[in-house]
Amino acid sequence: MTPLEILKDLTDRFKQDIVGVFEKSPKRIYIEIKKEALVRVVLHVFRELGARFNTASGVDVRDHMEMLYHFTFDKIDAVFTFRIKLDKSNLEIDSLTPYFEGANWIERETTEVLGITFKNHPDMRRLLLPEDWPEGVYPLRRDYKEWDKNAIRDRGV
Amino acid sequence: MAKTIVPIGPYHPLQEEPEFFSLMVEGERVVDIDVQIGYNHRGIEKISEMKNFDQSTFAVERICGICSTSHPFAYTRAVEDIIQAEVPLRAQYIRTIIAEGERVHSHLLWLGLAGHFLGYNTVFMWAWKLREEILDVMEILSGNRNNYAMFKPGGVRRDIKAEDIPVVLKKLDSIVPTLTMIKKAVMDDPVLQARTKNVGVLTKEKAIDYCALGPTARSSGIAIDVRKDSPYEAYDKVEWDMIVLKNGDVFDKVVLRILETFESIRILRQCLKNLPGGKIDMQITDIPPGEGIGTHEAPRGESFHYVLSDGTNRPARHKIRAPTFMNMPTYKATVVGETISDAAIILAAIDPCYCCTERMAVRDTKGKMLYNGEGLVKLSQEKTEKIREKLGRC
Repeated sequence: MTPLEILKDLTDRFKQDIVGVFEKSPKRIYIEIKKEALVRVVLHVFRELGARFNTASGVDVRDHMEMLYHFTFDKIDAVFTFRIKLDKSNLEIDSLTPYFEGANWIERETTEVLGITFKNHPDMRRLLLPEDWPEGVYPLRRDYKEWDKNAIRDRGV
Repeated sequence: MAKTIVPIGPYHPLQEEPEFFSLMVEGERVVDIDVQIGYNHRGIEKISEMKNFDQSTFAVERICGICSTSHPFAYTRAVEDIIQAEVPLRAQYIRTIIAEGERVHSHLLWLGLAGHFLGYNTVFMWAWKLREEILDVMEILSGNRNNYAMFKPGGVRRDIKAEDIPVVLKKLDSIVPTLTMIKKAVMDDPVLQARTKNVGVLTKEKAIDYCALGPTARSSGIAIDVRKDSPYEAYDKVEWDMIVLKNGDVFDKVVLRILETFESIRILRQCLKNLPGGKIDMQITDIPPGEGIGTHEAPRGESFHYVLSDGTNRPARHKIRAPTFMNMPTYKATVVGETISDAAIILAAIDPCYCCTERMAVRDTKGKMLYNGEGLVKLSQEKTEKIREKLGRC
């Protein structure tokens, strides 16, 4: 299958769930999907189409948050990115860890650096930040200002 | 039988990334493992958002001391993906040369340490002596033994001089006979086979489930390599083979890395001989708003960078995923069920920052120390010694 055939398959199969498609280039395709559709779309891509889960990027875009799930189709040389927009008042999204192990660490990391929580994640401990890091402070958010106050070496960066 | 927890780590001055492992053992068997990372979390994703696009190249170069070029490589490709640019041909070849030279030195470094863990200090000495040759090559080409600072969005910063090429080719030729000798020694040695065959097996299904990458996946029969699957720079302009093995045990991981080193030398030779002329930099002046994904096959697997630009001179978001982030959780599938004397080499087999295994300490349930890190390496070496005696070899 070519990337465009996969895209057509996805848009036909998940017509209700897809909000928009953006083809950056034949190798890089971004698909925005609805939040509730995450698990069924992703599992179809991972299990049926045989893509490799690459990683997920959480982005704070000031008025909302985004989760981007990057899937690589190695044999046809394409990266499909599934974008989910999250309202800042409800930062909860379904976890993928119960379905495959590869999503475990990145979800733990995203939770602590951005404050997005993953429903049904089996092991929600901290991954990168130290244990004495204050609760509710998320370093990759736009409104993060702690480094101003606390860390002298970070001043003037 | 009572369970005992074996803590490993977290700090050692030699390793670049400290990790903390808790091995749950029953007698000699490992029944569960938990990995804690983050001791060296420097927040480079955040730092990168405070630097401009050119400076970020050097910030990400500091992520890893051994595969220092893989992150700038993936990052510059991500920035070039935003503007859909293709760098000049000469720059593509120079990038390939630097990346492959790095792979040779990284694999040799790993091979030496793996030999040390198994009690083969001769392999350690030979491999690291050989590694000096390739570090000399890198010094001739870039001016640095590590952290080459050759990359920039749109090209490379430094040209390769024509008079250096014969010197470098001669050095590469001098590596091959010794490497062939090491390869033969590893493949034919019954002791080494007894220590590593069917030890720490990562099955294909598990490798897919954990989304393993690079040599870890390739030794389990998954044929993925960004250089082949999504050819970039000069990788489709030279002849080389992707090495795929199927057993997924420690032995296959050793052999795979040795064979890959030969392929890298093959790529290096062809690139140096066919180095085209022309510019080395396309002078990118403006990064428009948009997002880009850049990948590069680092020595340990695919490293992945996502860069979001909002039209200013800084990345609005820079997501970095290093290969070990996906490979390290596979411990759960490989170490469990094995004996504690094999734990050191299994943990080392995915090529993480293995030096932490020297900080192992085995305690019994009352907290009395049974083994420390040195003791565990010794335990592993003694096991080799015993097999040697049994096979009647010295």
